[in-house]
Amino acid sequence: MNSRHDILIVGAGPAGMAAAIELRRLGFAPLVVDEQSAPGGQIWRDVERPRPDALRNALGPDYAAGAEVAGQFRASGVDYRPGTRMWHIEPGLRVFLSQAGKAFVAEPKALLLATGAQERPAPIPGWTLPGVLTVGAAQILMKGSGQIPERPVWIAGSGPLPILYMRQLVAAGGQVAGYLDTTPRGAALRALPHLRSALRGWADLRKGLAWMRALKAGGLHIEKHVTDLVATGTERLEALSYRTADGKAHRVEAEVLLLHEGVVPSIHGTLSVDCAHVWDEAQAALRPALDDWGMTSVEGLYVAGDGAGIAGVRAALARGRLAAQGIAARLGREAGAAEVAGARAELRAASASRGFLDAVFPAPGSSVEIPDDTIVCRCEELTAGEIRAAARIHRGGPNQVKAVTRCGMGPCQGRQCGYTVNRILASAYGQSQADVGFFRIRPPLKPVTLQELAALDEGREAP
Amino acid sequence: MFKQLADPARRSFSVFIDGAEVSARDGETVAAVILRAPPHIARHTPVKETPRAPFCLMGVCFDCLATVDGETSVQTCLVEVQPGMKIERPVGKLRITL
Amino acid sequence: MTTPDVLIIGGGLHGLSAALHLARGGATVSLLERRFVGRHASGASAAGVRTLGRNPLELPLSMGAMQMWHSISDLVGDDCGFVAQGQLRVYETDTQADRELARVAALRAAGHENEVMIDQQTLRGLVPGINDKFIGACYAPTDGAADPHRTLVAFRAAAQQAGVQLHEGSGVSALSRDGSRWTIDSEAGRFSAASVINASGAWGARVASLVGEEIPMAAKASMMMVTERIEAMIRPVVSIVGRSLSFKQSSQGTLVLGGGIQGRYDLDREETTLDFRALAAGASAACELMPAVRGLRINRCWSGLEGKTPDLLPVIGPSTVAAGLYHVFGFSGHGFQLVPAAGAAVAEMVATGRPPATLSPFSAARFTTRDVAA
Repeated sequence: MNSRHDILIVGAGPAGMAAAIELRRLGFAPLVVDEQSAPGGQIWRDVERPRPDALRNALGPDYAAGAEVAGQFRASGVDYRPGTRMWHIEPGLRVFLSQAGKAFVAEPKALLLATGAQERPAPIPGWTLPGVLTVGAAQILMKGSGQIPERPVWIAGSGPLPILYMRQLVAAGGQVAGYLDTTPRGAALRALPHLRSALRGWADLRKGLAWMRALKAGGLHIEKHVTDLVATGTERLEALSYRTADGKAHRVEAEVLLLHEGVVPSIHGTLSVDCAHVWDEAQAALRPALDDWGMTSVEGLYVAGDGAGIAGVRAALARGRLAAQGIAARLGREAGAAEVAGARAELRAASASRGFLDAVFPAPGSSVEIPDDTIVCRCEELTAGEIRAAARIHRGGPNQVKAVTRCGMGPCQGRQCGYTVNRILASAYGQSQADVGFFRIRPPLKPVTLQELAALDEGREAP
Repeated sequence: MFKQLADPARRSFSVFIDGAEVSARDGETVAAVILRAPPHIARHTPVKETPRAPFCLMGVCFDCLATVDGETSVQTCLVEVQPGMKIERPVGKLRITL
Repeated sequence: MTTPDVLIIGGGLHGLSAALHLARGGATVSLLERRFVGRHASGASAAGVRTLGRNPLELPLSMGAMQMWHSISDLVGDDCGFVAQGQLRVYETDTQADRELARVAALRAAGHENEVMIDQQTLRGLVPGINDKFIGACYAPTDGAADPHRTLVAFRAAAQQAGVQLHEGSGVSALSRDGSRWTIDSEAGRFSAASVINASGAWGARVASLVGEEIPMAAKASMMMVTERIEAMIRPVVSIVGRSLSFKQSSQGTLVLGGGIQGRYDLDREETTLDFRALAAGASAACELMPAVRGLRINRCWSGLEGKTPDLLPVIGPSTVAAGLYHVFGFSGHGFQLVPAAGAAVAEMVATGRPPATLSPFSAARFTTRDVAA
């Protein structure tokens, strides 16, 4: 049987939970689906689990705060289906989902995508070797499994997340072999104009600075403005090489390398239904164009959380509430003016330091050359050199290059190569990244088995 | 490569990766268990048969695909491990039994 | 102003093939493509190279094309991923068998020996794992399939090497006859050409209407599904009598499932939309054909926008209203196999001013003369 809910929320992270709680408060009965087996999203992954004190303390109070929201979410009585994937949205908001291998269809009046963000692909030579993971992955392992790297770990990249993770790792008894900071020279200077606005988000910034001070005091090996990072090994990661700001080349043995170059909104859902998107220069990423309530250019389709543009957990909670209020009004029930004003004020406050953070940790642009032997498309195993060769002949953009190379045709649907192809083509064509754009997104958004799809034909649309 | 922090409150049980017994804990994902079991990989790819391990742990890289209790190409980072689970690491293109 | 002998509108495979043959014949050729080469039907094709079950009116052209496919690298310098592993169409009832037998007998009587009937045992040998309910098939052993993108890359490269000037991102805004030549305005500037070829696919009738010629045409958006890669196990392309399914394994190992299941389209926006209810019927047919594939994952679905004529035959021939304009479009979802031969025939028609005999069923005049039922 198909879902009969008027409102479908996809994602049970901060934004999805906040929206569900608000909608319940306003008297609605939404359906919330999520890929994970428990609420929390990535930031509050597995947050409901009781933990030994040492691990709880290591993960810190901001993480622990998620338990309260998850508790309210559970207590709201919302219809919540974990382990459920959304794999297609058809025009008219017909949504295809699967739970435990069974496909079903929802036709809500309002659809809220609270599908969050993913880490920006950080392609370097050797990044497909076992032993190379993302920083976000390592943090998820720590939250979900109480699992940390066995030996001192190398961390490379840029952004607030590596700093947070290193602090958590060290607090949990792990060790960092070295932090290879790839933030380019001059970023801090370019961030200065944003400082005034950022001071309103001072608490966040101060936290980050304090973590970094503590890590340094603990003897953390940091290299600044690192370039030419290469992971090497045959069957697995064995060594790293990199160049430091003084121009010297280094080579070190390594068992685990964690990469991070910031996070980008999950846009596959909104791209797949042709929502209007804007290129966010500061974050070097696409985000859906949204109205004040988070509604996209497609009637009834809303986005909240980092999927609306990277702004962090506090903003996600506020955006979730606002989207819920917008959906409620759309379905004929206004939220109180005070509640709306409260959510808007919270969103403003939560977003204050974002411009500063974006400038301090800029995304690698099209001017940073990706070496020819770097794998760009992890699924089809295509290199930057192969993409460049295709781009010399085929000037029609990402979709043409995809057609002739197969880049982006694998199961990840371009999630790991889309922005890299964008960078390479921008450089090859002499265009801006905004003009080059992204792949056309082909359904299914997540692979679905032939029998799951076939069951829809036979009318077996359980559960 | 990875180790578990002590958590006595969490139930432990066995699962099998390519027939070898591996210890797992309540609530963790199959991908997390794979990262503790040498050679720490999920599969060799169907394209060039290169070894791959779970990479993103959040469902967006598809490098953690493995066979779980007979179901092929499962995103193991999205599946909670269960006692007695049988996990197989595919090599190359899938083989199906006609 | 650029002044080629021939200007081709449309950078799909038929435009490229005509361009290649014309340039090899000594003509100067410019090709205008509104988006990029292979943007619509050609890039979304299942790339079946099929004589099996074709309308007999197409067979003379199709048989010539099949010969060309078997030595396609002589034409374009690459094998286009073409493998002649046969095509077969399976049936499950005696009534269906009798009808197919009669059809193949009629073909043979007309001198076409491309199809044979095979029994269940032979069928199982060719398609291990096929559902027992299918009792036999018609089989075209020299048919096969190619790789659509590789074919596009090869035809493009060959055409360019032959001297064709390719302009992508260049739509045509106006077309007018000026004495003995055509003037064409486009985003790539103004062209003057002795002959114009309309190879505009789903938009072919719109280009014809630029000179006041009305050709009845609809469109179609055939949907495709592709699975993850599996070990090589299915050689021929398999379809089912009376069902919308074609089923094949690509050289990459993916299963490519199509067969004309229709999505929705918008000619103005140049977009198609998939219909998963309809695709579910295709998935269901695939599971029925070969139950062992049930657990395979579909990685990607797409559809292409293609012209569809009232009689499902293409329009290949001179314009009925304007001298020096030639059409080649409206292949109605089965034009891929005809590509090498149609291009050669178009080149011959432009050079001699008269369509060769193989093109006689495809004249645009068939829609404008009164004795053809409306």
